[in-house]
Amino acid sequence: MTALLEVEGLVKHFVAARSVFGRPTAYVKAVDGVSFTVEAGKTLALVGESGCGKSTVSRLVLRLIEPDAGIVRFEGRDLGTLGANRLRAFRREAQIIFQDPYASLNPRMTVSQILTEPLALHDLVPAARRRERVEELLRLVGLEPRFARRYPHEFSGGQRQRIAIARALAVEPKLIICDEPVSALDVSIRSQILNLLHDLQNRLGLAYIFVSHDLAVVKHIADRVAVMNLGGIVEIGDAEALFAEPRHPYSRALLSAIPVPKPEAKRSRIVLEGEMPSALNPPSGCRFHTRCPYVIARCRTEIPLLLADGRRHATACHRIAELPAPGAIVPADGGFSPVLEQLVAAFSDGTEAAGRAGVDMSDTRPPAVRS
Amino acid sequence: MTASPLIEIEGLRVLFHGHAGRTTHAVDSVDLSVANGATLGLVGESGCGKSVTSLAIMGLLSKRSAEVSGSIRFDGFDLLDVPDDTLRDLRGNRLAMIFQEPMTSLNPSFTIGDQIIETILRHRGGTRRQARERAIELLRRVHIPSPDKRIDEYPHKLSGGMRQRVMIAMALACDPRLLIADEPTTALDVTLQAQILDLMRELKAASGAAIILITHDLGVVAEVCDEVAVMYAGEIVERAPVDELFASPQHPYTVGLLGSIPRLGRRTAHLATIEGMVPNMANPPAGCRFAARCPFMIEACIAAPPPLATVSPGHASRCIRAPLEKLVS
Repeated sequence: MTALLEVEGLVKHFVAARSVFGRPTAYVKAVDGVSFTVEAGKTLALVGESGCGKSTVSRLVLRLIEPDAGIVRFEGRDLGTLGANRLRAFRREAQIIFQDPYASLNPRMTVSQILTEPLALHDLVPAARRRERVEELLRLVGLEPRFARRYPHEFSGGQRQRIAIARALAVEPKLIICDEPVSALDVSIRSQILNLLHDLQNRLGLAYIFVSHDLAVVKHIADRVAVMNLGGIVEIGDAEALFAEPRHPYSRALLSAIPVPKPEAKRSRIVLEGEMPSALNPPSGCRFHTRCPYVIARCRTEIPLLLADGRRHATACHRIAELPAPGAIVPADGGFSPVLEQLVAAFSDGTEAAGRAGVDMSDTRPPAVRS
Repeated sequence: MTASPLIEIEGLRVLFHGHAGRTTHAVDSVDLSVANGATLGLVGESGCGKSVTSLAIMGLLSKRSAEVSGSIRFDGFDLLDVPDDTLRDLRGNRLAMIFQEPMTSLNPSFTIGDQIIETILRHRGGTRRQARERAIELLRRVHIPSPDKRIDEYPHKLSGGMRQRVMIAMALACDPRLLIADEPTTALDVTLQAQILDLMRELKAASGAAIILITHDLGVVAEVCDEVAVMYAGEIVERAPVDELFASPQHPYTVGLLGSIPRLGRRTAHLATIEGMVPNMANPPAGCRFAARCPFMIEACIAAPPPLATVSPGHASRCIRAPLEKLVS
């Protein structure tokens, strides 16, 4: 199967300080040799702590910032060589949704203007039919077409995120980069947006790069997961396999740190000591060695390579063969009692019967903005 | 639970008076009690009144805009009815609070040492030198490396996790009886969150203080709390021991919240969603405030406000359809 997107050896160093003559004296190694592929219609999740470079990768893939080295190929074409016109054409194929729906929509444009702009820019729909297309897009994301004339401030956070998704869908892309799309939202709204992303993927065959620090969300939506630490991928594999048996000590620590909604859950907890080192001055050798419980002398000097096994599960760790089995890091069952499972099912059935696609439209303005 | 709770809140109501005579009912008839050494989780989504409840306990709501009524009994005082001087003696001393945002809750123009020492001198007196010794000891207790050097640093030199540790050290400066932690880990990465939660557990075991933990994360609640109160639209809709709440929730809102969290152990195509919006709190509905979004709603729900009724010992729900098991069997 040919991949939709191939990324090879991506590098981005930001200049952090300059001498009086303007010569760079310090670099932040935000992304340092990242490679992965995304298949059409599938979801790759990039996870890691703040500052690990996951958002920088997402912007490099779209060439919103220029890489220092490395190749990004979309359907076999090298994006680095595209001129301005070809690059704009590429932007039809790949779109992005940002974390904060309060900042990513222009407050002076109506929803209709926000959604018409990409249609006009890429000359996709004749002017006469654009209104119709806007209504279609709103319906697609579970909003009522009559909202087209409203401004972003009239919507709640979840609804704004739906508008941002509609804007991304306007150009009929093949790939959408979702940069923490639900982390600014309340839990009940978050599940609506996750369900919407899931449905859209099934209906439109979209591929997602899903950037998130929330591993439970990632487990829910991803087909493949890449765990990043300080600018590099330490482990990449199929979501099921990686969550069932994380191999890299960092992946294990991340997974074991997630609080699970089950008070009596028995699981092994790996609490990392210390803080994430600065990307300005990353540790030598394996970049995780300062916090790793299994560190040996070799880890401090030699950078481990990301080596794959036969099942496309790759890990960058010198001690991979010697590490103990991961134990019960993720609780095996669903975490809920049978009664609760039934109640949740009944709750979902009830609300789905009330209106599958979207939110209640009777009162769209959040109380906070009605003054 | 022991016989006399450390803090007992009865009929707490907070109204905000806004423009043009608009009144927002932020908190409505909230009853809560926390025993010595217990941890109560206060859970709910944005705008449900959980933070306002904590600010009311601390006496931090502006008297000009907020109208607070009811009673908050703590240590022989009614916090809503004591002079400001007494409240100032209690705050930072026997009552302490940790805020969500460690970036904005420390003063950027003083060293962290100055800020901890100020609290100690205000409540404990003594010399500056003794206070400094104590501050270093506190920083050591919250596992800040080389505390004797760190004490002279300014907040901007510290990372988010370190700043939250400093906030905790400051809150613990005078051995509080009650610690209110308002989303203490929301701004932090999961690995740091695990460290801070461990630290809170450890400190609670050492000091025996009671904790009110305010959070929207049910996973965090499951890990550290003994008892949970779920808030919705200014009211407590369910209160239960933590095991009970997760094993058999008795309010539909709690069920919806639990169902909407993606779970690590299980993959489902669709998560539960809670359709609709939170009611407008300037004009809350007459009946059950969750009725408009509730799949189990019946006529009687909108007729009158449901009472917070006991379902089983220690477990109360504000739902007339409880126990909910009978709805699915």
